[in-house]
Amino acid sequence: MSDTSAILPIENPLNAVGATYDLEQPLELDGGQVLHGVRIAYETYGTLNEARDNAILICHATTGDQHVATPHPITGKPGWWSRMVGPGLPIDTDRFYVICPNVLGSCMGTTGPSSLAPDGQPYGPRFPVITIRDMVRAHVLLLKALGVENLYAVIGGSMGGMQALSLSVNWPDMAKRVLVLASTAAMPVQNIAFQELGRQAIMADPHWQGGAYHGTGNSPDAGLAVARMAAHITYLSEASLSEKFGRRLQNREAKSFGFGADFQVESYLRYQGESFTGRFDANSYLYITKAMSYFDLAEGHGEDDLPGRLAEAFKGVNSRFCLVSFDTDWLYPTSESRSIAHALNAAGAPVSFMELSAPFGHDSFLLDVPALDRVIEGFLLR
Amino acid sequence: MTSSQVLRPDLAVIAQNVAPGARVLDVGCGDGTLMAALRDGRDCDARGLELEPANVAACVARGLSAIQGDADTDLSFYPDDSFDYAILSQTLQTTKRPDLVMEQLLRIGRRAFVSFPNFAHWRVRLSLLWGGRMPVTRLLPVAWYETPNIHHLTVADFRDFVAQRGIAVEGAWFLEGDALTGAAAANWRAEHAVFLLKRHGD
Repeated sequence: MSDTSAILPIENPLNAVGATYDLEQPLELDGGQVLHGVRIAYETYGTLNEARDNAILICHATTGDQHVATPHPITGKPGWWSRMVGPGLPIDTDRFYVICPNVLGSCMGTTGPSSLAPDGQPYGPRFPVITIRDMVRAHVLLLKALGVENLYAVIGGSMGGMQALSLSVNWPDMAKRVLVLASTAAMPVQNIAFQELGRQAIMADPHWQGGAYHGTGNSPDAGLAVARMAAHITYLSEASLSEKFGRRLQNREAKSFGFGADFQVESYLRYQGESFTGRFDANSYLYITKAMSYFDLAEGHGEDDLPGRLAEAFKGVNSRFCLVSFDTDWLYPTSESRSIAHALNAAGAPVSFMELSAPFGHDSFLLDVPALDRVIEGFLLR
Repeated sequence: MTSSQVLRPDLAVIAQNVAPGARVLDVGCGDGTLMAALRDGRDCDARGLELEPANVAACVARGLSAIQGDADTDLSFYPDDSFDYAILSQTLQTTKRPDLVMEQLLRIGRRAFVSFPNFAHWRVRLSLLWGGRMPVTRLLPVAWYETPNIHHLTVADFRDFVAQRGIAVEGAWFLEGDALTGAAAANWRAEHAVFLLKRHGD
């Protein structure tokens, strides 16, 4: 493709907050369909050096976004990893050029089911089912447009970790370092089950209208809120819930013997569900969770009808890996990261792995865990 | 890099006797001191296995590859012959089943370095004989109730062990203080032993 770096605002990092890039070519998807006119919303921080070897791609989680270190435009809350990304922070923007794109299928500026199709109408249910690799494919095209041929590192937690792994296997010469936090090489079946629960809640909402709710004035907010509540529980731990809420009652002295939010945890979950509908699109939730459910890095690397062998998938990777799990994460437990580490070792790839202790469950990678800061800083050091 | 100058004596012996460019697994690698010496001084591809997450993080910060895990349970994940050397320094006596760990070492590595404090050293013997107390020495510095060492052994025990199992001894080094001492009176005089082992028939 032509040198587009001149027209993209990489010189001034401030300009790259709220930036978008329109793919010049159609995006061919794993499902066989082709998307035309794909737009990718992204943010960059720091400056790409002359050697173009200091770029770090950060991949966000399921319902995350490109606002990694700048306030969220809808909620006004700080960026989701503002404690990690910035000048002098573990991912040091004085040294690195950080790129965080919004994933394909999402609703924060990148083309997704709520975007307008070429016919001027929202895609809605006409949006093709996508995969994790499709998301990465779009990222890679954005990187090339930004003048980034090689990455100093790719970093991702949870679904972002799946993208980082997919990049390392499918574009093996792209990233020198791959950092995967609280993630997996294949969606555990229990998580597929939880995600199906969320999708069914959305599709059972009469306002979903077969997915064609865009522009009708109604959206499946109740279903999306239930989906979010179920997912949110899986991000926490018994310890964190007990400490935060216990069995305490909310704004009352005694139980109501009704179906109001008696317990603080009930009130908290309702708030989480409702506030989520203000910032996220229900169809995006369906497409993105389905992409995660399909994720299986080893697929296609087995013999005949046998399941794929992960070590086979990692043959030919050219990156140094670091995997981190958290001892209270029951969504992507330590065993998931450890099996990736062993497969990488069997494939001869340089890999480090550690389980960190933190009380916050799966969400630990987003929260204040100083040991994680040290690991990330150390891994990027040399 | 002059890391060999600061290496613990048993690690220095190992570092000097690993073939350059070898693939090495350091079981119980700590903060990666030996791995760094092997990488920087011998151009080795070194990997580590370590129980303590803070130590793994220290390895990561040195640009080394280490996996948090337990020698007693996690060695079985490695394929046969995946390393030229498997190293177990000052760790054998802390494992639940040293015999099984040794089996795994010689399955994963074509050769194995094993180093351990010698429980038959004269100072240990005197401590038991005269004091009637479990010894607390330079190499066994922790009281009986909090020591990680659960399977103490002697040079003679180890020699019997490898002989019974048909394991070939390619090299042995015995340390008294920081200096090498002879093999003849090693069971009495050596504070510390380093063995280089090979599977029988290989």
